Amino acid sequence: MEKQRIKKISDLGNIGDLIFEKLTLLFAVSVFLLVLLMGYEMYSGSKLSIDKFGWSFLVNSTWDPVLEIYGALPIIYGTVVSSFLALIFALPLSIGVAVFLAEVAPPWLEKPLSFLVELLAGIPSVIYGLWGIFVLVPWIRSDVEPFLSDKLGFLPFFRGAPYGFGLLAAVLILALMVLPIISSITRDILKSVPRSQREAALALGATRWQTSLIVLKDAKSGILGATMLGLGRAIGETMAVTMVIGNRALISPSLFDPSYTMASVIANEFTEATSEMYLSALIQLALVLFVITIIINALAQLLVWSMSRKWKTA
Amino acid sequence: MKLKTIIAAVFLTLSITSLVSAQLQLNGAGATFPAVIYSKWFDEYKNMTGVQFNYQAIGSGGGIKQVTEGTVDFGATDGPMNDQQLAELKSKRGTDVLHIPTVLGAVVVAYNLPGINGLNLDGSTLADIFLGKVTKWNDASIKKLNPKLNLPDKYIVVAHRSDGSGTSFIFTDYLTKVSKDWESKVGKGTSLNWPVGLGGKGNDGVAGLVKQTEGSVGYVELAYAVKNKISYADMKNKAGNFVEATFTSVSAAAEGAAKNMPADLRVSITDADGKNSYPISGFTWLLVYKNMKDEAKAGALVKFLKWAMGKGQSFAMDLYYAPLPKAVVKLCEKNISTITANGKKIK
Repeated sequence: MEKQRIKKISDLGNIGDLIFEKLTLLFAVSVFLLVLLMGYEMYSGSKLSIDKFGWSFLVNSTWDPVLEIYGALPIIYGTVVSSFLALIFALPLSIGVAVFLAEVAPPWLEKPLSFLVELLAGIPSVIYGLWGIFVLVPWIRSDVEPFLSDKLGFLPFFRGAPYGFGLLAAVLILALMVLPIISSITRDILKSVPRSQREAALALGATRWQTSLIVLKDAKSGILGATMLGLGRAIGETMAVTMVIGNRALISPSLFDPSYTMASVIANEFTEATSEMYLSALIQLALVLFVITIIINALAQLLVWSMSRKWKTA
Repeated sequence: MKLKTIIAAVFLTLSITSLVSAQLQLNGAGATFPAVIYSKWFDEYKNMTGVQFNYQAIGSGGGIKQVTEGTVDFGATDGPMNDQQLAELKSKRGTDVLHIPTVLGAVVVAYNLPGINGLNLDGSTLADIFLGKVTKWNDASIKKLNPKLNLPDKYIVVAHRSDGSGTSFIFTDYLTKVSKDWESKVGKGTSLNWPVGLGGKGNDGVAGLVKQTEGSVGYVELAYAVKNKISYADMKNKAGNFVEATFTSVSAAAEGAAKNMPADLRVSITDADGKNSYPISGFTWLLVYKNMKDEAKAGALVKFLKWAMGKGQSFAMDLYYAPLPKAVVKLCEKNISTITANGKKIK
C-alpha cells in the first residue's frame, strides 16, 4: 500500500515535471523562432531592393527617394558613431554612479538616489527629445560649441557652424538615456557580489578604494552585459535622436554637423513611402539594423564567455 | 507579403466587430494633414445622419496602399496617385478610383531674421537658397527683391522636413516648376535628398529649427504658421505680384487653376495663374472607388461627399483650411455623380 502510494506520487511528479519541461522548452524555442521569423520577413520584404542594389546598399552614400537610389552608408555611420560615442560618455559615469550607490553611499542616501536613477530610465524618449530641443540644443549652440571650436578648433571634430542640432546633441542625449540603464543594472550586480569578498579585502588591510576595485573586477562580465543593454538602447533609440540630430545623411568627422540614424530614417519615411522599391529599401535598412544588433550581441557574448574562461583557469 | 495579410486580417476583424453594431460604418485611412477637418466632418455628419466614419490618419502612402489592397472603404492623400499606381489598383480591385479634392492647403516660407519683417521672395531665389547656391542673406538676388530691407551679412540656415510629408511634396512641386536646376538636381516628392540644411520632424520640428536659429529659413503648413504666429515671406506669383499666403489667396490659386483642370482632378495648382494667387498651395484628396460593392455604403458615402462639398466647406476656415472655390466644387460634384454601386447609379 505504502509503496504504491509513493510510486503514484512520483509518477505524478514525473508527469508534472515533463509538462513543465516541455512547456518551458516551447517558450524558449518560440523566442528563437520569432527571431528567425523576423529575419526572414525582413529579408523577403527587402528582396526587391537587395536584388537591385546588393552590397552597394551598404557602401553607397546617396539616399535619394526621388531618383530611387538607395545607399545607406552615411546612415549606418551615423547610427554606429552616435551610439558608441554615447557609450564612451555614459560608461565611466554610470560605473561611478553604481559604485557610489552600492559601495559608498549610506542607506538613507542610497534609497532615494537609486529611485531617482531608476526614474530616469522610465522617462519616455519623446520627453528627452523635447528637453533636448528646448534646453540642451540652445545650450550647446550658445556655450558648448563656441567653446569647443575656440579651444579645440584645430581638430577636425570640432569645426563648422554651431547650429546646436547635430551629432553632438544626439550623443549627449543618448548618453543621458543610456546612463540610468547601465548604472542601475551595474548597481544590482555589485550588490550581488558576496559580502565575504569585501570583508576579506578589508581584513587584509585594503582601503575602500581598493575594495571597490576588487568588487568591480568580480562583476566585470555583468557590467559588460549591462553595457551591451545600454548600447542596444542607444542603437535602437528613435524619437529623441531624430528630434535633435538634424536628420541629414552625411559622413563628416565634425560633431557639429547633422547626421542621421537608421531607426530615425525608418520612423521618418515609412508612412509616406509609396513606391514598392522605396518601401523595400526601408525594410532592408531595418534588416541591416537587425544584423548589426545581432553582431554586437554576439560579440558581447563572446567577450563575456572568454573572460569567464580566463578566470576559471586563473 | 505576409505582413500585408496580417494587416488585412486585423482590419477584417475590426470591420466584423463594427458589423455587430447595427450602425452603418465606413472605414477610411490616409493623409494626416486634413485629419482635423475630416474628423470634424465625420463628427457633424454622424450627429446628423447616424452614419459612422472611422478615419485613421496613417499618412498618404498608407492611404494609397490600403485603398489598393481594398482594406478600407475610402482613402485620403495629399499627393495624387500616379498612373502606375492607378493601373495597379484597377487590376487588383477591378474598379477605377476617383480623386475628390476636399480642401486646400498651402505652404509658407518661414524665416528668422530679428528686426526684419515683410520679406519678399520669388521662386528661383527660393530654389537657389534650398540648393545651397545662395548662401547669405545679403546676396544680390535677395536684395533685388527687397530693396527697402536692410538684410544682414549672415549665412542662411536651411530647415526642411525629415519625415515624408505632403507638405514637402507641394513645396518641391513648386520649386520643380520654377527652377530647371531644382528639377534636374532634386525633383519633387514626399521625401527628398536635400542638398543642404537641417531636417526637423513634422511642422513643429521645422518651426522649432526656424524659431531657434537666427538666419534660418524653412517651410511649414500655412495652418501651422497662422496658429503659431510665425512670420513668413510674401511670394512672387506667376503674374508677377508679391502675395501673402491667406485662405483667400490660396482659394484664388485653385480658382485660377480650375479653368484647365483635367477631368480626373489629379492636378497640381502650384505656380497657378491669377493675379491674387498664392503660388505654393495644393489640394488634398479623398480616394473613392468608382464602383462600390456594398450599396448601403456607396449610398452613404455619396451623400456624405455631397454634404462635404456644400455645407462641409463652411467649417474649413475655422479649422485653418482654405475652402474649395465654387468652380472646383462643381467639377467635384460632377465626378461624385458618376459613382456607382454594382454598376447601378446611386439615387
